Amino acid sequence: MRVMAQVAMVMNLDKCIGCHTCSVTCKQTWTNRTGVEYAWFNNVETKPGVGYPRRYEDQRQWKGGWELDRRGRLVLRSGGRLKRLASLFSNPDLPAIEDYYEPVTYDYDNLVSAPAGQDVPVARPRSVLTGKPTAITWGANWEDGLGGAAETAAGDPNLSGDLAEKVKFEFEQTFLFHLPRLCEHCLNPACVSACPSGAMYKRAEDGIVLVDQDRCRGWRMCVTACPYKKVYVNHATGKAEKCTFCFPRIEAGQPTVCSETCVGRLRYLGLVLYDADRVGEAAAVADEQDLLDAQRNVFLDPADPEVRDAARRSGIPEDWIDAARRSPVRALISEYKVALPLHPEYRTLPMVWYVPPLSPVLDAVGEAGGNAEDPDHVFAAVTRLRIPLDYLANLFAAGDTDVVAGVLMKLTALRSHMRQRTLGEQGDESALKAVGLTSAQAEDLHRLLAVAKYADRYVVPAAHREDAAALSAMEDRCPVESSDAPSGTDRKVMLGIPALRRRTTTSDNLAGDTA
Amino acid sequence: MSASSSPLTAMNGTDLLLWVAVPYICLAVFAVGHVWRFRKDQFGWTSRTSQLLEHRWLRWGSPLFHLGAFAVIAGHVVGLAVPASWTEAVGIGEHTYHTVAVALGSVAGAAMVVGLGMLSARRLLAPRIRTRTSSSDKMLFPLLAATVLLGIAATVVHNIAGGGYDYRSTVSVWFRGLFLLQPQPVAMSGAPLLFQLHALTACLLFAAWPFTRLVHVWSAPVGYLRRPYLVYRRKTATRPYDRHSGVPAGARRELTGPKAPR
Repeated sequence: MRVMAQVAMVMNLDKCIGCHTCSVTCKQTWTNRTGVEYAWFNNVETKPGVGYPRRYEDQRQWKGGWELDRRGRLVLRSGGRLKRLASLFSNPDLPAIEDYYEPVTYDYDNLVSAPAGQDVPVARPRSVLTGKPTAITWGANWEDGLGGAAETAAGDPNLSGDLAEKVKFEFEQTFLFHLPRLCEHCLNPACVSACPSGAMYKRAEDGIVLVDQDRCRGWRMCVTACPYKKVYVNHATGKAEKCTFCFPRIEAGQPTVCSETCVGRLRYLGLVLYDADRVGEAAAVADEQDLLDAQRNVFLDPADPEVRDAARRSGIPEDWIDAARRSPVRALISEYKVALPLHPEYRTLPMVWYVPPLSPVLDAVGEAGGNAEDPDHVFAAVTRLRIPLDYLANLFAAGDTDVVAGVLMKLTALRSHMRQRTLGEQGDESALKAVGLTSAQAEDLHRLLAVAKYADRYVVPAAHREDAAALSAMEDRCPVESSDAPSGTDRKVMLGIPALRRRTTTSDNLAGDTA
Repeated sequence: MSASSSPLTAMNGTDLLLWVAVPYICLAVFAVGHVWRFRKDQFGWTSRTSQLLEHRWLRWGSPLFHLGAFAVIAGHVVGLAVPASWTEAVGIGEHTYHTVAVALGSVAGAAMVVGLGMLSARRLLAPRIRTRTSSSDKMLFPLLAATVLLGIAATVVHNIAGGGYDYRSTVSVWFRGLFLLQPQPVAMSGAPLLFQLHALTACLLFAAWPFTRLVHVWSAPVGYLRRPYLVYRRKTATRPYDRHSGVPAGARRELTGPKAPR
């Protein structure tokens, strides 16, 4: 047993209102720089929808993640090592900027500098890639709130086969929910495995997956390998960049920016202990629908004295082991089993999990003339949802509808029970029992999901002070920093080589590059 | 086989400058430049991929150029580094050698020219690429194109259209002399002008090499074939390049100075 700690996240999709505060604060923190204008380390998608970049979930097209070869071995879908090196000169499976969108800025200057005239001056959009006026035809959240879904959402790779028939995009019949996405910081990261230069790595201490900017040589294989398309090419530096899980904040014991600023308070951060020796075997189970359980089995119970001993032997500090015990993420994933991974079938063992959305269920019960407080009515409705279970199952359970139905029924029983308790009644223990919860557990889960106090949502132990000197020596600058101002002797490069990466995003030097 | 006298052969001093001083200076810049860039600019050391912004031209241009370049480089190694006496010793005659060299070289050269042409075309014609072309690229592309075209021109003029010029008895001798530290400028001064110009632009290309994206050649990721898929790193591990900078890991913060405000 090789115990490792992972900082992981769970999102409670019931609470996501799609306000994009996480995306915006993330962008302000990490990607408001030249070269990554199009990159969103965190983005919020409306589902159903094709997502960002377009149809990224269609791995037959994009070749992300892992698959089993004919002999049952785990191989990268984008091909073996030789094939990867052979495609260095031109990567056949790399999304183009059109698959993301053409980033724009606006002629804001025109608003104040336009000569006096009959018309109100306008700020026209201008491509930040070419500096030329451009029409905005797509964006990272183009389909927000099902905008244009009647035309585009049928392209959602999760809507395959019969499901495409069932899901309607007429106004009265449609459904939607929001899906915030960031790097999954996988236990079996395909991007790391595909990096020819070995620049990408998973931190042994907290499992955060990072790109070493000094070692990245711009071979862009990580972008293809990541099935979630959460590694981006900085087109100004020619290097890969990705979500850092805000590691400087995590090291200080603070939640990530996206979590901290989440208006709906739907994000949970905490440690998960896992057995690194069993990762490969879990990722290679034959049946895709067994991947969820296989991944859960890789996680270790920090309450188990044997695990605690092994964790100590692996060098995990005592307060981290304690934090793992109090981890809300561990509770939602392993104890209550209400959180599910996004696309487990990619076999990367992702570590950002989701509590599937239930809210539309209760509406559906009411519309069908049922009593939303009666668990029987609701349980029956769960299987006849407007959000088809198949759709959620394609997202969160490799198509296994029983898993998703089980979680939704658990949430339903919890709601019904707590509603009665709040109204001063005894509460329906039988419904709880049917979903495998005790009354005390229900109270606890309700506190975690509904009350969701800051201290309960974020249990992030700080990095150790005795490591602090090493930390500051290692990470003396943020890994995606572009030091556009003079930054001392150490990094200075003359001869104009890095001219582009020193620019900032201001409208006045957009066209300046042509000169 | 005419040792056509070119203006470059007029003075012995000019010969010394062009065929001894210039090559050695360029090689020195090449070597020192690489050490400097590797130590000071790991962040800038990249292939500078632009496939994200334009992929239709690149899809054919880049593999053609790179594979062509590999073959061309291999051909140059054989032609320049291997003395004619060695190939004759293994039974490859002068005529056979040149026939094979011209045949293979034409294919490789054509691939490289077409590839480079496509890559240059996208630099010029694709607005996204054009605006994002760095000043080092603006130097590199013309220099590379000049070298390649002069080399092709020399071959076409003298070895395909012309009667055949045995560069192995002149240019190769000069080239090997540089590395054996026995420079033989006279061997080069008699070569046709096109060969001389090709050699000179090649020297400049080597001098420019460390300051351009060409450095990515040295990062060819062959180690990937052997390393484990998953890479774990501890925060406390020393960075691989720290030992080159000679700066103790703990002292880096002081050296980099305060961060500029954003």
